[in-house]
This record gives sequence, C-alpha cells and structure tokens, in this order.
Amino acid sequence: MPAGSTLSGRTWRKHTTAGEWAVWLGWFAAGVVFVLSWRVMNENTIWAFVQDAPRQAGDLLSRSWPPRLSYLNKLWAPLWDTLNIATLGTVIGTVLAVPTAFFAARNTTPSALILRPIALFIIVASRSINSLIWALLLVAILGPGLLAGIIAIALRSIGFVGKLLYEAIEEIDESQVEAVRATGAGGWQVIDYGIIPQVLPTFAGITVFRWDINIRESTILGLVGAGGIGLQLQSSLNVLAWSQVTVIFALILLTVILSEWVSSKVRRAII
Amino acid sequence: MTGVAAAPRQWRRPPVLIQSRLWRWIIYGGALIYFLAAFGTLEINWQRVYEGLDRGARFAQGFLLPDFVTRANDIWRGMVESVTMTVCSTIVGVLISIPIGLGAARNLAPAPVYLLCRSIIAVSRAFQEIVIAILFVAMFGFGPFAGFLTLSFATIGFLSKLLADDIEEIDESQAEATRATGATWWQIVNYGIQPQVMPRLVGLSLYRLDINFRESAVIGIVGAGGIGATLNTSMQRYDYNTAGAILILIIILVMLAEYGSSHIRKWVQ
Repeated sequence: MPAGSTLSGRTWRKHTTAGEWAVWLGWFAAGVVFVLSWRVMNENTIWAFVQDAPRQAGDLLSRSWPPRLSYLNKLWAPLWDTLNIATLGTVIGTVLAVPTAFFAARNTTPSALILRPIALFIIVASRSINSLIWALLLVAILGPGLLAGIIAIALRSIGFVGKLLYEAIEEIDESQVEAVRATGAGGWQVIDYGIIPQVLPTFAGITVFRWDINIRESTILGLVGAGGIGLQLQSSLNVLAWSQVTVIFALILLTVILSEWVSSKVRRAII
Repeated sequence: MTGVAAAPRQWRRPPVLIQSRLWRWIIYGGALIYFLAAFGTLEINWQRVYEGLDRGARFAQGFLLPDFVTRANDIWRGMVESVTMTVCSTIVGVLISIPIGLGAARNLAPAPVYLLCRSIIAVSRAFQEIVIAILFVAMFGFGPFAGFLTLSFATIGFLSKLLADDIEEIDESQAEATRATGATWWQIVNYGIQPQVMPRLVGLSLYRLDINFRESAVIGIVGAGGIGATLNTSMQRYDYNTAGAILILIIILVMLAEYGSSHIRKWVQ
C-alpha cells in the first residue's frame, strides 16, 4: 500500500510489518473457522433443495399473491389479543422488575451477599431466554392461550427492564440522596424522594421501549400456541394458505411500525 | 410530606412526568379504560391452569435435576448446529453488510445507491428473525442452512445500519485531508474512514455474534435447525429433564458469549 512519499527514502505504510502479519493472520483464522463451521453445518444439507429454492420462491410468490383481503375480518380479534399480551405482559414484567432492580443495584440492595446475586441471576436468566422459548415452556405447563403469552412476555421483560433500571439506579447523583437523608428521612422516604425522581424518566423510557419490543415479539408467540395473531399465522401455515399469510405479515408489519412510532414519540416527549 | 410550620403553605411534590393536569387525567383515564377492556376480553381457562400446576412442578423438578446424558447425542448435535450457524452467519453477514453500510452512508454514496442500500436495510430490519426463518424454511427446506440464511439476513440489517450511521458521523476533516492528497474513492475509504470506524465495527460484529447465538436457539422452533429444534422436540415428548438441561446449557453459553464479547470489545476499543 504505497500511498506515500519517499522524502526520507522510506515509504510510509499503514501498518508495521508485524501489524500486517497480525491482520493477515486474523483473516486467515477467520477463514479457517468459517470453512470448518461451514462443513460441519452443512453435513446434512440436501443441496438439491437449495438449488430448487428459486423455483420454490417463485411458487411461494405466486401462491401468496393476491392476498386474501377478506381474511382481515378474522384478524381484528387476534390483533386485540396480541396488543393485550404485549401490554399486560409489560405491566406485570415491569412491576416485578422494579424490586429486582432495587435488589440488584449496588447502592440500594439490602444485602449485597445474598439478595444481590439472586437478583442478578434472575436478570441474567430472564435475559438469556427468548420470549418464544418462555412461551414454549409455559404453553406446556399452563395450556395454550393468552395467559401463557402474557407470562412469557412478563418473564422476558423482567430481565430487560431490571438490567437497564439497576444500571440507572447505580448511576444516580448520590448528593441528592444524602440531602434527603440529612433531613431525617427514613429508608423508604430516601427511596421515594431521593432516588425515584432521578430514575423515573429513564424508567418510563425503558418501559415504553420494552413495550414496543414486546408488541413485536407477541405477534409471533402464537406459533407455539400462546395466543394472539401468531395463532392465525400458525394455522394458515399449516394449511399452506400463503395468501392469508401475506395478509398476516402485512398486518404485523403495520402494527410493528405503528408501535415503533408511538414509542419513539413518547420517549422523545419524556427524555 | 412533612409540613413546615413557619411557611404558610405546605410543600407539595410536583408531578414528575406529565406536567399538564388535563393531559395527566386524560392519560390515566385512558389507561384505566384500556385495562378494564383488556381484562374484560381476557379468556383464561383457570381449570386448565390448575391442572397444569403439577406439570409445572414436574418441569421445575426437571430444571433442578437436568438430564444431560439420555439425549446427549441430540443435545450435542443441536449445540454444534447452533454454534456453526452462528459463526457462519456472522462472518457472511459482516462481509455483506460492509459494502451495504458504505452504500448507505450519505456522505459516501450517490443518491440512487444510498436509497437502494437504505431500503435493503429497512426490509431486513422490518421483519423479525422468526418470520424470515419461516419463509427461508419454506424455500430451502428444513435444517441449519435455512437458519444460516436467516441469521445472515438479519445481521445485514443490524450491522449495515449501525455502520452507515457511524460513517455519517465521522470526523470529515480526516477524509478531507486524504482527499486533498489526490486519493481515489477507495483510498479515501481505506485511509480516511476505515481507521475511524474500525474499532466500533469490530465491537458491533462481536455483539451481533452474541445476538445470533441467542436467535439460533429460537429459530429452530420453526424448523431452521439448531438447539431450538432439540428443545422443541424434548418439550413435545414431555421430557422435562432434557429440556431443563438444554435451557441450562443455553443460559451458560449465552452468558459466556456475552461476557466474552464484552471483554473483547473493551480490549479492542
């Protein structure tokens, strides 16, 4: 890469020789890892199906167009259910996330030895399992229906809201807490007057943000039987009614865009 | 609310979020009406929930007494599929999203290219992984190949958008200085822009690796391979001890991936 002058007799280079070696080595390692993974991954891939994909895609398109618009009438009730799953799930999840966050924050936890690790574990466990998997488990336990969906969304929201809220609590301005404490306030009053006003806007923003994500996720929970518009998607997929699937996808897309717009408006108003 | 005796009025805490009283009442009232309506239409079969409780207890037991051994082969295969899917899709996704990211940066690309790349990003971001997985499974057949395509596609939307936004916010003077030396477009990208965005690109790629692993555990439910398929099968067999083992493995791997990627990101930046 000689893009430089030779004023001092030497050519300017972007990297030193060792640096160049490191870059090439990095690329080489990535290549090797990729080839190995690729071979393991595709051991059972049937390439005939893959080669057939363009024809399948064309077939799919021809089946899904034109969309069966009359199907829309059957979708309003499931859409309302989806909205309820997301909203009620967010509310329950947030209510449970608040104490968890206060237990997990270093400056408000009642016991750093026992409660804090438990709260942190709850947050991690909730965050690492996707709401669809939570729904899969809950449908097996509680039976198919809205309740499983609501609880799945709530369980997933605890980790998200809890993590962001406890980080916000840890970053508050301690001098305000101290000022409230100096007036002789008790433990609850310190939290009520010293901490909550500082984290409330952040908290509201996080909740609305999570609500937006939950709308997105609750549209597909029905795939495992947890109610909402995903149930219609599943039954349409089962009978290969692709013209109905198109309508459902369009409605999901519209809902997601709308909820994203609402949430960004609200967050801008709050923060 | 402790009153102050000397002052003629008591101090009242001002409302924190919604200042206008009218709007406060409208919003709270609307929320109340909504919740009444929502609970009114909620159909819950309490009988079924009650019956499910002992199943719940058995599931909790399965989680506490995970069985890694009986289905060890299936679990191992699912995990290998998930990990290889994650690695391949992240690498391919990053390689494709770099040119798209360059094209979607307003300060680098001409208007038609900009619009094209931005619409690719919009399409990829609009649908969730699971919806794309359904379509790809229908086209490419069951198995990890469909999952690989899904995750690569989702990676493109995520990474190109963040890369493009990053490029649009660079320090223009460095690119200007490179241009002043008579550099071509490629040389400007290589010497004026790439050094500025590289650390963040590496960080975002690692973050996406982490996300892709999480998602690879989910898309198996619709037939796109990976550990999600194994989990789905074990739940359908009511084999809760194996399902518990798989969940524990997912949690551990996600934690490792998150911890590792945040560690490397700190080291890179």
